[in-house]
Amino acid sequence: MKYLGLIWKNVWRKKIRTSLTILSVLVAFLLFALLSAIAYAFKAGEDVADAERLIVIDKVSLINMLPIAYQNRIASTPGVQSVTHATWFGGYYQDQRNQFPQFPIDPYAYFSMYPELQISEQQLAAFAKNRTGAVIGREIAEQFNLKVGDRIPIQATIWTKEDGGRTWEFDIEGIISSNDPRGSSAYLLFQHDYFEEARRFAKGTVGWYILRVEKGANPAEVANAVDKQFQNSANETKTSTEAAFSQSFAKQFGNIGLIVQLIMGAVFFTLLLVAGNTMAQSVRERISELAVLKTLGFEDRSVLGIVLSESILIMLIGGLLGIGLGKLIIGIVAPSMGAFLPGLYLRPESIMLAIGIMFVAGIAAGIFPAFKAMRLSIVDALAHA
Amino acid sequence: MNDTLAELTSVSRSYQKGKERVEVLHELDLGIPAGDFLAIMGPSGSGKTTLLNLLGGLDKPSAGTVRVGDAVLSDMSNSQLSRWRATHVGFIFQFYNLLPILNAQKNVELPLLLTSFNRAERAKRAAIALDIVGLKERAKHYPRELSGGQEQRVAIARAIVSDPTLLLCDEPTGDLDRSTADEILRLLQILNSEHGKTIVMVTHDAQAADYAKRTLHCDKGKLERREQA
Ligand SMILES: Nc1ncnc2c1ncn2[C@@H]1O[C@H](COP(=O)(O)OP(=O)(O)OP(=O)(O)O)[C@@H](O)[C@H]1O
Ligand SMILES: [Mg+2]
Repeated sequence: MKYLGLIWKNVWRKKIRTSLTILSVLVAFLLFALLSAIAYAFKAGEDVADAERLIVIDKVSLINMLPIAYQNRIASTPGVQSVTHATWFGGYYQDQRNQFPQFPIDPYAYFSMYPELQISEQQLAAFAKNRTGAVIGREIAEQFNLKVGDRIPIQATIWTKEDGGRTWEFDIEGIISSNDPRGSSAYLLFQHDYFEEARRFAKGTVGWYILRVEKGANPAEVANAVDKQFQNSANETKTSTEAAFSQSFAKQFGNIGLIVQLIMGAVFFTLLLVAGNTMAQSVRERISELAVLKTLGFEDRSVLGIVLSESILIMLIGGLLGIGLGKLIIGIVAPSMGAFLPGLYLRPESIMLAIGIMFVAGIAAGIFPAFKAMRLSIVDALAHA
Repeated sequence: MNDTLAELTSVSRSYQKGKERVEVLHELDLGIPAGDFLAIMGPSGSGKTTLLNLLGGLDKPSAGTVRVGDAVLSDMSNSQLSRWRATHVGFIFQFYNLLPILNAQKNVELPLLLTSFNRAERAKRAAIALDIVGLKERAKHYPRELSGGQEQRVAIARAIVSDPTLLLCDEPTGDLDRSTADEILRLLQILNSEHGKTIVMVTHDAQAADYAKRTLHCDKGKLERREQA
């Protein structure tokens, strides 16, 4: 593209104005990146059809515990391949603010339920053998500088011990990580057997069950079959996907998808006004220059193309910077959001959509000034120069 | 006389001003031989710029034909005229009309963007053109860093860089002091005598017109010849 140098120079004709315009484009696309990642993360759980794992919780409230006796009944439900359980421990490490999640679980069953969790054979064996053993996510190990062999005290906020104590001490037997880009391992797992024995109340219950659906079985039917068994019992159940489960906290915020769309609509409308104004000004103040280009033999459509390219270039510079910054920020916050909002990452389709929007917005902002430049009469423009 | 390079045959140009029709040029005939250096003088509003615009394919006559070389400009479409201008004619204006965002070299290269020359060839040709106008060492200067006379030299380099046969100048010295104006006019003379450019120059300045081979006076849409003394 021979005109690129000329286009580039034109874009930077007024450095401050262009910088401010690019900054507003940047902010708009940064918002786009963040909001679309959040919106996707919320939507991810809505599709039950291809779920491999389902979560069984109390129908009334997530807080209510389920009897441990349900495990065998769930396991024998047609379409269920395997089942295990977990419970919300809700403690903290050293300081109230260090609130990564802890779950008492059944080591071998849990790790075979979650193959994406990486742990070495030896560490898993050591964990299973040690009644007060625990494993922690790599994120936590790095954050608090913890390693295998350390003893980690966790202050309980819910689960007092039988002796009335609130401090649960665990030996770190392994460090885990997740090889699912959307997943997280920012939590601590410890032995349910120890938990069962040492806790003061609610013995014989677990927080929720996780089941694996048999290959070929319909997840929606399996979910129904599980819930049906416990109808009219003291603890009715609700079986749904993992993502839906994780988001049951976050869903309280309302219709996220709609909110995102409204915000983005407002942002892009403003963006078009800002960028459109910049382009209109830029053309207005160089009418005679455009006339000179035409005099030299630049054709009308070349002049149109030059002005449009300037507009698109401004959108691309600001937009790509904004998306890049957004990706960076999401990458930083996603691990700490893992338990709350899994699947928080910038999808390639969002990036493609953003680039599409950059072109469309660039054309929309530049089209009228570009047409003005194209239609410009050389004779009139030079006469009034 | 040599072959005629440009020829206007009963050319009229009128503008609609509200309900009135103003005829700026009326059935004008003019032949410009190749190698001519023609000065056109006349009062303001007499149609001098209009005449240049017709010769340069920037404007089309209301009636009559305009021919330059083999091209009948009055029959050509706007985009045909654009392509023709790029290689056949160079324009020099009173206010230089350089692009402030480009340095001298890049301003001179502008018309070459419309050719198939690559980057290196464009730079080489621009350097030659700047050398001809005596501004080789100012290639990297921006217009705001140049004097009026230097700006006009850059504009002249831009006008000749694609090697057109015809140069059209609209009051090229109108904004310059006497001695700078004389330098520019001598440069035009050299382009005419040594580089074979045919030049048509509109001017208000009789001293400037003395540099031309002949002068025509334009008044009320008619051209009148007064031979050089
Ligand atoms: N686009 C236009 N629309 C209407 N009238 C026009 C237009 N262009 C030129 N005119 C009129 O045509 C007449 C001649 O204009 P032109 O610019 O050719 O004069 P000129 O001889 O170059 O004058 P000057 O010496 O002031 O530059 C003027 O009366 C002008 O008002
Ligand atoms: Mg004029």
